Amino acid sequence: MTERAQNVKAPAMPLALRIKASPSYRTFKAQFWDDNPLFRQVLGVCSALAVTNLVKNTLVMCAAVTLVTACSSCLYALVRTATPARTRLLVQMLIIASLVIVVHLFLGAYMFTVSEQIGAYVGLIITNCIVLGRVEAFATKNGPWLSFVDGFAAGCGYSLVLLAVSIPRELLGFGSLCGYAAVPESMPRWNIMVMAPAGFFGLAAVIWVCRGLQLRAQAAKARPGGK
Amino acid sequence: MPDVSPFVILFAAVFTNNILLVYFLGMCSFIAVSNTVPTALGLGAAVTFVSVLTAAAGRPVYHRVLVPLGLEYLQFIVFIVLIAGLVQFVEMVIERTSQTLHANLGIFLPLITVNCAILGLCLFMVSWSYGFLQSLAWGAGSGVGWFVAVVALAGLRQKIRFSKVPPALEGAGITIVVAGTMAMAFMGFAGMVAIR
Repeated sequence: MTERAQNVKAPAMPLALRIKASPSYRTFKAQFWDDNPLFRQVLGVCSALAVTNLVKNTLVMCAAVTLVTACSSCLYALVRTATPARTRLLVQMLIIASLVIVVHLFLGAYMFTVSEQIGAYVGLIITNCIVLGRVEAFATKNGPWLSFVDGFAAGCGYSLVLLAVSIPRELLGFGSLCGYAAVPESMPRWNIMVMAPAGFFGLAAVIWVCRGLQLRAQAAKARPGGK
Repeated sequence: MPDVSPFVILFAAVFTNNILLVYFLGMCSFIAVSNTVPTALGLGAAVTFVSVLTAAAGRPVYHRVLVPLGLEYLQFIVFIVLIAGLVQFVEMVIERTSQTLHANLGIFLPLITVNCAILGLCLFMVSWSYGFLQSLAWGAGSGVGWFVAVVALAGLRQKIRFSKVPPALEGAGITIVVAGTMAMAFMGFAGMVAIR
């Protein structure tokens, strides 16, 4: 992103401003925060709840989703002009499914224990609405690079929320972080944090905080004289 | 193949192993269509129907076609295509038989294709290596379990309309809190039967 911004000929502007004005930055910020797939569009909730009781699984899942979203957007943007409108859904699904198969095989080969635990949910990235949503809403109208940034940003926005949910869940539920003990043995473990309801409540809490911040920022903008 | 009676699986899929509240599958449409009870009823029925058909068709396809050919890694693509075909079929049937239901479901029907509950139940059924009757029971139970959960949530959301919700939690946020409470209620069933 930075390299690209430096190539733009606008010598008077400081670097930070130039980055801020670039389309890549704006695309990234829109998906990462303003229209975050989880707390604004409420997409991809299934896996967000299912894999968040262990940080390690969450990290793998986030990487997988980010990779699949970014690459499928980029690949579809490459073939978008050659694809007839009528068969585009089929093409999109095939691209996504192929990428997911690659990720699934990779995890099975190199991270077997993680793959055993979250394997089904990795397969379900195919039906993750974030991926298809970004391909359909953005990659059908934009070039490969911007589509890549858009998909990557959506994946990062997803990861942001997942990590925010999973870190407290593992800390309180298992007393560890990424498998390493982090909480003294004397503190009782909260069994509920490992189980299903905590996923819902954790996600709701993150949505509450993030939406609250966004609403406050909007209110500050709307007030006359506010920044 | 685990030696579990299909009836036990049917019961477990609805209550103790609810596909929505325990495995978190099918959340997107769960949150999107649970505004009113009639829509929830319609979509719940459609999902139940498709999940039974998919379970019935998915197991033979996997065990008779993919396993002998050594193509198990293609299961994702094969299942998705299978589900898309079945959804198309259900849409045609509903269009012929009930115009009002078709008008109400509208956009949501094609979305069953990307409803992860259906793909998820296929993947679980294959990875637990269920027999045919067990798969059928699992598919039917998951469908009914999804149906029960979505209708209950729709009923609750109709009441929420009269409550004062913090502005930042409006819409999806409060729905997820309610779903979490329902998941806690369903935890009361835990331990009654084991299916694996």
